[in-house]
Amino acid sequence: MATDALLFYVFAAVTVLGALAVVIQKNPVYSLVSLVGSFFGLTGLYVLLEAPFLAVVQIIVYAGAIMVLFLFVVMVLNVPREDAAEWDRAHPLYRPMAMRVGAVLAVLLALELAWALSRTSGLSEAVNAKPNALVSNVTHLGKVLFTDYMFAFEVTSILIIAAMVGAVVLARKREE
Amino acid sequence: MVAGIIEFMTAPTTIAYLGIVSVVFMGLQIMAAVMVYAERKVAAFMQQRLGPYRVGPKGILQPIADIVKLFFKEELRPKAADAFLFSLAPIISVTAAYLAFATIPFGAPTTFFGFLDHEMPLQVADVNVAVLVFFAVSSMGVWGIVLAGWASNSKYSLLGGLRSSAQMISYELAYGIALATVVLMANSMSLREIVDAQQGYWFGFIPKWYVIPQAIGFFVFACAGVAETNRAPFDFPEAEQELVAGYHTEYSSMRFAMFFMAEYINMVTVAAIATNLYLGGWHGPFIPANYGWIWFVIKLAFLLFIYLWLRWTLPRFRYDQLMSFGWKVLLPVATVNLLLTAAGVLYFGGY
Repeated sequence: MATDALLFYVFAAVTVLGALAVVIQKNPVYSLVSLVGSFFGLTGLYVLLEAPFLAVVQIIVYAGAIMVLFLFVVMVLNVPREDAAEWDRAHPLYRPMAMRVGAVLAVLLALELAWALSRTSGLSEAVNAKPNALVSNVTHLGKVLFTDYMFAFEVTSILIIAAMVGAVVLARKREE
Repeated sequence: MVAGIIEFMTAPTTIAYLGIVSVVFMGLQIMAAVMVYAERKVAAFMQQRLGPYRVGPKGILQPIADIVKLFFKEELRPKAADAFLFSLAPIISVTAAYLAFATIPFGAPTTFFGFLDHEMPLQVADVNVAVLVFFAVSSMGVWGIVLAGWASNSKYSLLGGLRSSAQMISYELAYGIALATVVLMANSMSLREIVDAQQGYWFGFIPKWYVIPQAIGFFVFACAGVAETNRAPFDFPEAEQELVAGYHTEYSSMRFAMFFMAEYINMVTVAAIATNLYLGGWHGPFIPANYGWIWFVIKLAFLLFIYLWLRWTLPRFRYDQLMSFGWKVLLPVATVNLLLTAAGVLYFGGY
């Protein structure tokens, strides 16, 4: 049990520090690498929750595919390092729009989290509960996905196809 | 405490585990060296040359000479390169290469001639989603190449890195679908169970290997596997005429050796996965089940020879041909194959 707790703290630290580094880094490529590090921490947490399928799939989808595409965009556009020096001199309230919006969002998120936690009953039982063995069962996962959550599943796939077709239409050259 | 540690370290299970891990680790290194030698000798044979023959009998010590040479070379790093990522990239490559082999079983469960009181699988980690773990780890290999290309701060490296990652991402789709087809047939994602599902014979003499019902799948997997490992005829990242040496143009000494080793280990891993998925793993006639790993090694060696054979027989594709082959031929073929297999499994009620 002690090893589990130790591993949890290690993975949690990797996840949180990686996520922090994404925001703090000035070089966009380093931000991406930190995000992948954070994903690996998350994967460790999933494994601790006895959900190896979820752990591996999130590596394949996020770290292996989506982040590499992000890296492509960053490399092809050759995004320069952010110059923070001129921002730091200004009063927080005068900082660019993005930061104000970000601050509002952060406060909202924190409030939401606090609200959700305050409404959750039996939090300590949930923390100490044994992980549900069915979560790691691929057969069970597939059954649930194609019966109970059929609608959400299909709607998501239509959404993704629509986005894909849209991207192709936008990227295609106009025929004169 | 100390007694506990000693007891743990001398327990037969621990020793057996350490043995398996070191066999895999050292085995991969030795395989990489053997492949370097085999590559030269096979190339020489196909081009009617002698190949290496000066170092040791028949040049058999050539890989050792190569390694020693690489050790003593100067480690260069371009001044404008990104120091941290430049060093990290080869480490990612080689780690992913080693890690991918962790879930691959290479023999039937054994007690090591009675050394253990229970049977132990001949693999580093018996995971129930082994196929996916392999897929995930091999997709991490792209990072090493892309980062190497970017961190070198050289246009050849960058173009080589971009090309190879575009190629790997494109071929990963067909690759994944071919894997899914086998998973569907075996009704399991554990490599051990997939291999065991291929036991036995049809009509008493045709082995029940998936390569027979899944011939199309095997073709797709083989093409995608060669492209995944960036080997000829899909070796764009290193198209010498166009890109000098691709993503590792700026690398020298041991950092270069790591990329080199990762490439050869990846070949071994892909061949091992193909052996397990399509060629029945360690099952085969004549050799008793306890020595199944001999069959595994024979099949592995055969697939690796095909790798070399392809490289020295086929010319390199053009880049647009490569992309249209991947997206317009392999992917549709793999998808139709998956659907047909699914229909077959549904109709016959399991395989």
